[in-house]
Amino acid sequence: MPQITIDGQRIETSAGKTIIEAAQENGITIPHFCWHPALSVSGNCRMCLVNTGFPRKAPDGTFERDADGNNVIGWGPKLSIACATPVADGMVIDTQGDKTEHAQNAVMEFLLINHPLDCPICDEAGQCKLQEYEFLHSKGKSRFDEKKNHKDKRVPLGPNVMFDAERCISCSRCIRFADEVATQPVLTFVDRGDHVTIETFPGTQFDSPYSMNVIDICPVGALTSIDFRFTSRVWEMSFTDSICPGCSRGCNIKVGVRNNEILRLEPRTNMHVNTYWMCDDARLNQYKFVNENRLSGAMIRSGNTLVPATWEIAAEKAAKLLHSYKPSEIMILGSARATNEDNFLLSRLSHKILKTTHIDFLHHTDNDFADKLLRTSDRTANAHGAMEIGIKQHHGVSMDNLVEKIKNHSIKAVYVIDEHVADNPELANALSLVECLIVHASNPTSLTIMAHVLFATSTYAETEGTFTNMNKRVQYLMPAVATLDNERIAGLEMSRWDKFGARNDRWSQGVRRDCKPGWEIIQLIANHLGAGWHFSDAESVFKELSIDVKGFHGMSYELLQEYQGITLGTTDHSDVKAVVYESHIFKPN
Amino acid sequence: MNVEKNTEKNRLNFWERIYLPEIARGLGLTFKQMLKPKMTRQYPEEKWEPTGSYRGRPVLVLEEDGERCVACSLCSRVCPALAIEVQAGETTKEKERYPVKFEINMLRCIYCGFCEEVCPEEAIIMSKDYELIFTNQEDAILGKDKLLIPIAQLQDRLEFLRQYR
Repeated sequence: MPQITIDGQRIETSAGKTIIEAAQENGITIPHFCWHPALSVSGNCRMCLVNTGFPRKAPDGTFERDADGNNVIGWGPKLSIACATPVADGMVIDTQGDKTEHAQNAVMEFLLINHPLDCPICDEAGQCKLQEYEFLHSKGKSRFDEKKNHKDKRVPLGPNVMFDAERCISCSRCIRFADEVATQPVLTFVDRGDHVTIETFPGTQFDSPYSMNVIDICPVGALTSIDFRFTSRVWEMSFTDSICPGCSRGCNIKVGVRNNEILRLEPRTNMHVNTYWMCDDARLNQYKFVNENRLSGAMIRSGNTLVPATWEIAAEKAAKLLHSYKPSEIMILGSARATNEDNFLLSRLSHKILKTTHIDFLHHTDNDFADKLLRTSDRTANAHGAMEIGIKQHHGVSMDNLVEKIKNHSIKAVYVIDEHVADNPELANALSLVECLIVHASNPTSLTIMAHVLFATSTYAETEGTFTNMNKRVQYLMPAVATLDNERIAGLEMSRWDKFGARNDRWSQGVRRDCKPGWEIIQLIANHLGAGWHFSDAESVFKELSIDVKGFHGMSYELLQEYQGITLGTTDHSDVKAVVYESHIFKPN
Repeated sequence: MNVEKNTEKNRLNFWERIYLPEIARGLGLTFKQMLKPKMTRQYPEEKWEPTGSYRGRPVLVLEEDGERCVACSLCSRVCPALAIEVQAGETTKEKERYPVKFEINMLRCIYCGFCEEVCPEEAIIMSKDYELIFTNQEDAILGKDKLLIPIAQLQDRLEFLRQYR
């Protein structure tokens, strides 16, 4: 085990590690552009130059000491790049001395020679490594008086990624990402010297399902999202930690919100789940349904139409309907899209209040979606959580024979939460025949049109709760978007604009939707059936869940956040916490 | 203080107490002013033209080929009163982006000139316009239609900025 000293701090590390890795693991950040922990080392940006040396030995084999008794260090003749220099026992590394600082300043001056400095129109501004290091490691002076080199500013590399050649600092992160992670080696450097630029090979385009990750790893604003381009400045948005609901992987994401509207999703580092990446499909699709085409409030069927009602009246109506059927005539459909909290209260409602064992949930499998990196065939976020909680086939009616049972009238009432039946026409047909259909949904679908009582639920971006992914890892999600229900929730991330907006400011008038999280609606209905529940927030539901369901024992929201999720049944021996690599250090929130 | 001693009798002498000479002195000053040149301006018939250094309402510079503004939102960020809202959009022009929406809430604006100072394009500058009358809150939010002013009308301020900034 080599022992090294970085800026006077002694660090025990393992052989074969590079200096930058050893430093990163111990929470010391050495400035870098081209190095990324998930990519191979290319060592071309020269930003991570550090001064290295070893304690000098006297001819008799003892360490030389200076007047104060400290080791005399024999510094190397030149600086070394921390990303490609392996550690050696006894190595002394200086990342802050005059020599290192001088080198960093020189590298910054070189990188900025042909950089257009168009930060005011650059999407990366505010979370740009070049800006960060210009601020931290440069004297801010350039001696370059000549004309800057001009290159193309708008080159689409693929359907989702736009390339600005002028801003590029040729770090090759995107090229290595395409080769090594996306396994679509279509990007390359062309030309030489200051004319060097990045191109796709003739006849190819960078359209890998993970192509948009290059936007995040690009240390400057050379690669921008065609979907997001110029929509908002970084500092105008608030970024909330959340979990992608697109498939059972449960990628950790950040939700960028301005004026109560989601503008973009980006991946968040979690080494146990998605490492540093997320797929383009989620990035492009998993926010639109939150912003557009939403249901509002509760509704009750009157003849052929659904008329708005208050939450209380609708819940009372739903309770009355459920009460009028025998337990054996009721089918409860939980959801692999809903949070553990929703499913837990739903299973409690069915077992303890309605006393029916007819409970199950719909699987949504799409084998075309799965791949080897992140995407899985199960298109729901919480199937394992629903099963663990007990939303599964017991005996009697399940998803297998539901259609048949509805058709022979042994099931007359169905309570569905957060589901759609677009991919299951047979079931849709059957559900249109039931006497009583109670539905929770966030967006209108063919199912909501048939409902007798309809409740608008919050989406993943508006609920506090937990999802359990394919590896049974329970992960916590924070509300990012305010609704009428969660507006006052503690800890809701807010940008400057959200904080100081007044009633007469047009920029703060984003819609606060009238929807509630599923567990709240289930509690309303249960209380009308005489349950007497008093859960005040999602956390109190989760507390009850962690006591009641074996796999969740010992979990709490604090622990889930601290450990970035905990695998079911392993609270007492959870994973070791590691230093999380974040590419941008000054990013807002 | 001894109230007994601070009486009018103690403070004023005889001539002051009878007022008549003091009235004559006051009227003397009035008549003297009548003969001096008049300083009063007959506003609004007669308008004051401020110099280039005056900070009136902020406006956007309109050049022949369109606005200078690239919708970078720095004015919006620096504005201490949060008066400015900008929404950027993409164009095929050389500058790539332009403001789809640019609104200044004149009820919030405090005429500090920070927006002008921070602007990298010299696109938002303080004008000489000091006559701002609104009858409701909606009217006080000025959009691009009211903010864009042809560059010819803004020469004084641009000249001032060139010299003193």
